[in-house]
Amino acid sequence: MDPAQFFAASRLVIVAGKGGVGKTTVSATLALAAARRGLRSLVIEVEGKSGLAAMYGRPAFAYDQVTLADAEEATGRAAVEARTLTPDEALVEYLEGSGMSRISKRLVSSGALDMVATAVPGIRDILVLGKVKQIERAGVADLLVLDAPAAGHAISFLQSASGLADAVRLGPINNQAKDVLELLGDPARCSVVLVTLPEETPVNELVDTAYQLEDRVGVSLGPVVVNGCYPDLPGLGADPVEAAEAAGASLRPGEAEALADAAAFRRERMALQAEQVGRLADALPLPQITLPYLFDAELGPSQLDQLADAFLDGVAGLPGPVELS
Amino acid sequence: MTASTVTSLHDLILARDVLVCSGSGGVGKTTTAAVLAMEAAALGRRAVVVTIDPAKRLADALGLGGEGIGNVPTRIEGPWDGELWAVMLDTKSTFDDLVTTYAEDPDQAARILDNRFYRNISGALSGTQEYMAMEKLFDLHVDPRFDLVIVDTPPSRNALDFLDAPRRLTRFLDHRLYRVLMAPTRGVMKAVNVAAQAFVRSVSKVVGGEVFDDAVSFFQAFDGMEQGFKERAQKVLELISSPSTAFFLVASPKRDTVEEAAYFAERRADVGLPVSALIVNRMHPTFTDALPEALRERADHLGDTDLGGLYRNLADFALVAAREDEHLAGLSERVAPAPVVRVPFLRTDVHDLTGLGIVADHLFGRI
Repeated sequence: MDPAQFFAASRLVIVAGKGGVGKTTVSATLALAAARRGLRSLVIEVEGKSGLAAMYGRPAFAYDQVTLADAEEATGRAAVEARTLTPDEALVEYLEGSGMSRISKRLVSSGALDMVATAVPGIRDILVLGKVKQIERAGVADLLVLDAPAAGHAISFLQSASGLADAVRLGPINNQAKDVLELLGDPARCSVVLVTLPEETPVNELVDTAYQLEDRVGVSLGPVVVNGCYPDLPGLGADPVEAAEAAGASLRPGEAEALADAAAFRRERMALQAEQVGRLADALPLPQITLPYLFDAELGPSQLDQLADAFLDGVAGLPGPVELS
Repeated sequence: MTASTVTSLHDLILARDVLVCSGSGGVGKTTTAAVLAMEAAALGRRAVVVTIDPAKRLADALGLGGEGIGNVPTRIEGPWDGELWAVMLDTKSTFDDLVTTYAEDPDQAARILDNRFYRNISGALSGTQEYMAMEKLFDLHVDPRFDLVIVDTPPSRNALDFLDAPRRLTRFLDHRLYRVLMAPTRGVMKAVNVAAQAFVRSVSKVVGGEVFDDAVSFFQAFDGMEQGFKERAQKVLELISSPSTAFFLVASPKRDTVEEAAYFAERRADVGLPVSALIVNRMHPTFTDALPEALRERADHLGDTDLGGLYRNLADFALVAAREDEHLAGLSERVAPAPVVRVPFLRTDVHDLTGLGIVADHLFGRI
């Protein structure tokens, strides 16, 4: 599929998956890949501190929008920006925008928001999603990437709209919930990219989450991203002693064993990974994009560049709509 | 790992009544909880392990699949002297049970269970899960069938919330908004000042009048039960703050999860409830003492030959191992005196009792 077509499919992409599978990494990658194709991207964080800014080599950011990567005229890359949304700030902003600024301050300062949130738990989620919807409508970026809460919470997070539309039948929260439902249900505006590792438990959870999101939230699902796949290497199956002879090199004492053990470990993990990727394909009829496991260092700008390359390759390999000539 | 580390882990399993496993997502908390429960059963205890994560991880780890395990403890047969039981928390039925227990009569219970506001707070929406996990933990603790309860908690940022859950319930019942709502039924409406009424109107403007009416009828139905709830919350809080509860912190050797674990350990120490052990899962194996840079250089020199690939692979793993060691540097000091136990990333995934047994062998130093 042409990446331009891929990124144009929906303006808001929600990245979701079990904790630890690399949602933030994928969010950062997706945004950078889109920016390289000239789309102004905005990453939205909802769970406090994450490594997002560090991946772009920038200091941590807060509620105000920050630039993670500047636009580059030479390469045609658009800017990548980011911001964090919190329920309290989203509420204050929302109420102020609705001419209720006096209430808003009291609600937060008196702890009543906490009280209300305890009584109607989805309220925090809907406030954040309502703000996301507002950003989407404002058209401040070509692509919004929402780094969603971890899997189990992602379902309740995204379900908060339907829960609250039913629980709160009138008033501003109801309006928010309805607008959010409309957004989530419209594939031209919103889709979910699920992330997993090529391991048994995360794959099982991804399949569960996919069906629940489709059934309960009615949101459209984009390709699945399989993160952390060991890249193949030549010679992994070779005997180190024979390989050394073939290369005319000599091995240090004990090194043959280390080379063989490390190669066996990688082969076994790769076989398991391939098995899980296959199982995922059987269980879930969604196209897959694989991202490599990076051994070299903590994620920084150069690693993110590698991941964006892999992501764009993955997009190019996706089945696209058939063109009728 | 030293023999004394193993002894202290075994001591904790033998001496404590409750083990809480906390940590960020994806670090193997559920697996660790299951392994601790299995070891406890092997040591002769009657152990029950609870997962409160909505995803069916424990079921996976125990190889029981989605349907075999529920809100009622299920006994898992195996080659142990004690007993191993597992529970997967069902938030709504736990809440329903609690309401039924504390209701003065079946009518009151029915009124609450039918209330739309109640159905919302007790259902799938996020937030009540932590309350009910604590409730379940307490419930199993007082159940004479078990002498050890092991709980798997949500990710660690939530773990602090989790520990705060009983207090949140108490605060909820003590909040002035709640008292304002309750006032009309208690005939002290006159005492509710104008400001409070204006405040109620403000809040109802935001959340909608209907949810307010539902809330009022919920609180009216709830009247008389709050004392029981509060006392229960207090008891739960005492249990998890008592010396009979041990905290196991679970992490993986990634920089951010290590940082979160250390942060959590420090917060626990601040409140005088230090963690008992830190378990670092998924450590990459160390295949060589050679420096990753030297191996990489060798690989580059050998180019596209098979030997080059083999060196590149060894360099990859040497680099990962070095990086993981770096992340764990200083961690022991931050969580001291709790021991730090390292468990290797295994060649195969853990999804059955055999796999759990292998992890147990590593955790308890038998391999």
